Amino acid sequence: MANPALGRWGGLIVLIVVVAALPLVLPNKFYYDIAVKTGLNALVCVGLNLLIGYAGQISLGHAAFFALGGYASAVLTTRYEWNGFLALGAGAVATGIVAYLVARPILRLKGHYLAMATLAFGIIVSLVLNREIWLTGGPDGITVPTLRLGDMRLRSAETWYWITGGALVVVTYLALNLIHSPSGRAIRALHGSEVAAETLGIDVARTKTMVFVLSAVIAAIAGSLFAHADRFITPNEAGFLRSVELVTMVVLGGMASTFGAIVGAALLTVLPQALAGFDEFKHIVLGAILVGTMIFLPKGLVPSLGALIRRWRR
Amino acid sequence: MSDFLQFVFSGLTVGAIYALVGIGFALIYNASHVINFAQGEFVMIGGMATVALIDLGVPLLPAALVAIAIAALVGVALEKLAIEPARNAGVVTLIIITIGASILVRGVVEVVLGKQFHRLPSFSGDQPILVGGATLHPQSLWIVGALVVLVVGLKLFFDRHPFGKAILATAHNRLAAQLVGIEVKTVLVASFALSAAFGAIGGILTAPLTLTQYDVGVMLGVKGFCAAILGGLGSPFGAVLGGLIVGLAEALAAGYVSSAYKDVVAFVMILLVLFFMPSGLFGTKGTERV
Amino acid sequence: MTARNPSRRLALCLGVATAVMLGALGGAQAQQAPIKIGSFLAVTGPASFLGDPEAKTLKLYVDRINKAGGVAGRQLQLVVYDSAGDAKQAVSFAKRLIDEDKVDLIIGGSTTGETMAAAPVVQEAELPFISLAGANVVVEPVKKWIFKTPHSDRMAIEKIFEDAQKREFKKVAVIGGPGGFDQSCRAEAVKLAPRYGLEVVANETYGANDTEMTPQLTRIRSTPGVQAIVGCGFGAPTVITARNYKQLGMQNIPFYFNHGVGSDQFIKQSEGATEGMRVPVAAVLVGDQLKADDPQRPIVTDYRKTYTEAYNEPISTFGGHAFDALLIATEAIKRAGGPDKAKVRDEIEKTKDLIGVDGIFTMSATDHMGLDLRSFKMTEIKDGKWVLLY
Repeated sequence: MANPALGRWGGLIVLIVVVAALPLVLPNKFYYDIAVKTGLNALVCVGLNLLIGYAGQISLGHAAFFALGGYASAVLTTRYEWNGFLALGAGAVATGIVAYLVARPILRLKGHYLAMATLAFGIIVSLVLNREIWLTGGPDGITVPTLRLGDMRLRSAETWYWITGGALVVVTYLALNLIHSPSGRAIRALHGSEVAAETLGIDVARTKTMVFVLSAVIAAIAGSLFAHADRFITPNEAGFLRSVELVTMVVLGGMASTFGAIVGAALLTVLPQALAGFDEFKHIVLGAILVGTMIFLPKGLVPSLGALIRRWRR
Repeated sequence: MSDFLQFVFSGLTVGAIYALVGIGFALIYNASHVINFAQGEFVMIGGMATVALIDLGVPLLPAALVAIAIAALVGVALEKLAIEPARNAGVVTLIIITIGASILVRGVVEVVLGKQFHRLPSFSGDQPILVGGATLHPQSLWIVGALVVLVVGLKLFFDRHPFGKAILATAHNRLAAQLVGIEVKTVLVASFALSAAFGAIGGILTAPLTLTQYDVGVMLGVKGFCAAILGGLGSPFGAVLGGLIVGLAEALAAGYVSSAYKDVVAFVMILLVLFFMPSGLFGTKGTERV
Repeated sequence: MTARNPSRRLALCLGVATAVMLGALGGAQAQQAPIKIGSFLAVTGPASFLGDPEAKTLKLYVDRINKAGGVAGRQLQLVVYDSAGDAKQAVSFAKRLIDEDKVDLIIGGSTTGETMAAAPVVQEAELPFISLAGANVVVEPVKKWIFKTPHSDRMAIEKIFEDAQKREFKKVAVIGGPGGFDQSCRAEAVKLAPRYGLEVVANETYGANDTEMTPQLTRIRSTPGVQAIVGCGFGAPTVITARNYKQLGMQNIPFYFNHGVGSDQFIKQSEGATEGMRVPVAAVLVGDQLKADDPQRPIVTDYRKTYTEAYNEPISTFGGHAFDALLIATEAIKRAGGPDKAKVRDEIEKTKDLIGVDGIFTMSATDHMGLDLRSFKMTEIKDGKWVLLY
């Protein structure tokens, strides 16, 4: 890549073009629905990638933040009749506070211990959502009202497509900006060696906490949007397997590659739908893809393919 | 009082299973520094394979032995096909590989044996034994008894048998072990086989009590991981204590506080231990590997 | 460079997805457009007791109807998705049935959770939906497009409490799971108890994936004065509850289950732990014990025979719910002269004196279930068999 800046912003332009052009090939509402889910997963993954890919901190509990956002919207709008956008904002702020509170003790840990701690946090959240039936509706979930913008009801899959697409472009833009700012360089320094980062004068704990909270807030916003788009949410959204799914998307697409995260999210959202007819083999295929990618393309699809194309061009 | 005893029985039974899974985590971690998220699947394979074989008319004991062998083979395959090729990868990558392997194993079992849940007949009938006003299922005795036998066996193996010593040596210092002529690759394979077998035994023993299904491994795996961390990652005997503590805490919490939050207890405990005693309750300090 | 890949990948995936789905559809595009019946059922997972016989029944009878010339001169086409009992999946499959498969009518939702999750989607899309779920929240308040075939949990509790009253019980304990059906049943039990001179002295819950209910049962055991236990639930948790009940040596306390356990599988998997338990069930489960002049006898006998011959396994009440749903639907389509959604809905609502295997259905604008207590039977499990009491 001769000019990295061109690659970076070129990527954003391609993303905008894809988002804008995709409706031309989407045959019906069902496909819009899948596209919306893809977009929301991509949103979470762009945030999660900042944490895993750039800062090098694993989180096996990120689905909890997604679900906290979603449930904040669901509960505040149904049980307390809040305005949807207000609920979304409140959910994002509250999730940010929760993330901030757990960040310091959790992020002191490393490697497997960090994996275990985030996993435990995620499972605790999902258990609470499952058990506090009076508030959350329990394992069978809760129906969420349509989001209203003034008198307009944001209801159709097409509307949600544009909302999600817009959000994805904005967050991707912000993420790219962050990565290439001085703070971004501090974040990336963590990935290499924390000791080295420290000697460079980077406040390691503060930087980690910032990335963690940021990725949690992005997940919460995606969760709120998801709750309204689907008009339904269950505690499974906070579950361990969902967290694993999110990490897998990031890793599959390629760690430390914002577009990789988006590709990973798209692949793993669309694939299960495509496999719905072959339900029985779904898990075999997903498992094999995971193991296979990690062994043969350990850097993930986008970086590995990128390297391949570069080599081929020469 | 009889209630208390009842909860203790229940806690020790469940804890014994966590312990068996936890030992598996510890053995594999020692040999390879991999946290094997597919550990719970060995438990599932043990139970499911035994059920399938019994359905085919095989008597319990040979069915159980074959099931343990199958699990061990899966363990070896996991090491050879997935862990070894990615030996130099980072922690995150290895975690993802084992998670992928666990989904794959679940998927295969789901296709081959179906998604229904299955039961095994109890080994010594279902007549509860009355102890101090509480009832004890005979199967619980089998489970706890098996744990004791296995732990003692493992201890003897590590202390007396040259290969057991080799496994310990590799865990302490891989390079040094290699230098004194220990086949580290063999140790790796053996550790995976051994921990798979431990998991499978746990699965076979519990299937009569709790029913088994293609996805029982997920939660058991996570709880076993809790046990392993609680006991200090990499200490098989610590994992046993960790497992029993998690099991007891869950049962007592379910009995006296709220059954709804039984599972939360284990995870809150884990978080507290990680925050305040990062090397576990019984782990030695200063062994953290970055 | 890296940037160009996302678009290609995405397009490729969507392409693959489209091809697969069109492929699935392609086989069905026969000469004359068939009437499409969509279904999402808990074929696998913890509620597979319910969904599996339901799916089998639908497939069996759709085939038979087609061989006999179809409905209103057209063939039926069945599209079944496995929701695994997960409410989330149920919603996405309901959307898929409506938007992608464009079905004319939906039968399904094995569980209350699935049904209630899909309800808003179905109501909005305005097509008839016959649910196979137990709880009365499904049809109370009445939702324009939604009907159901099983007896409600309120009826089950009434039946159980009547029996408990006859046996002069005063104090009962309730145990159930966290799902919609269990919740609804437990709430009904607490609400209806005073009417039958009963007091609910213990109300225990377990988690959806719990593998052990001994703590809850131990607490019930040590609650003073419990004369009977009422179990709310279905599937794997009910089996575990029954087994733990025996393991704790609690058989001196009579146990009632609601109709969520109405299959031989429940008895078989519980390994003798269910002896002496009483369960209110639909007539089909004890079809061979019905009186000779019982109006349901012919249809029940026929269903039992057909199902057992086809699948070589015992029938369950759940398959019966699906049978009735299909019967109500096809009758309504016949009367409507085709699958027009609004007309079919109106005709379903006009169902009158239709003899099904669950009972005799008479629906109305205020009753979208249409069953009464007559066809609901109290049974006791003796020697591993369902024995009709009254």
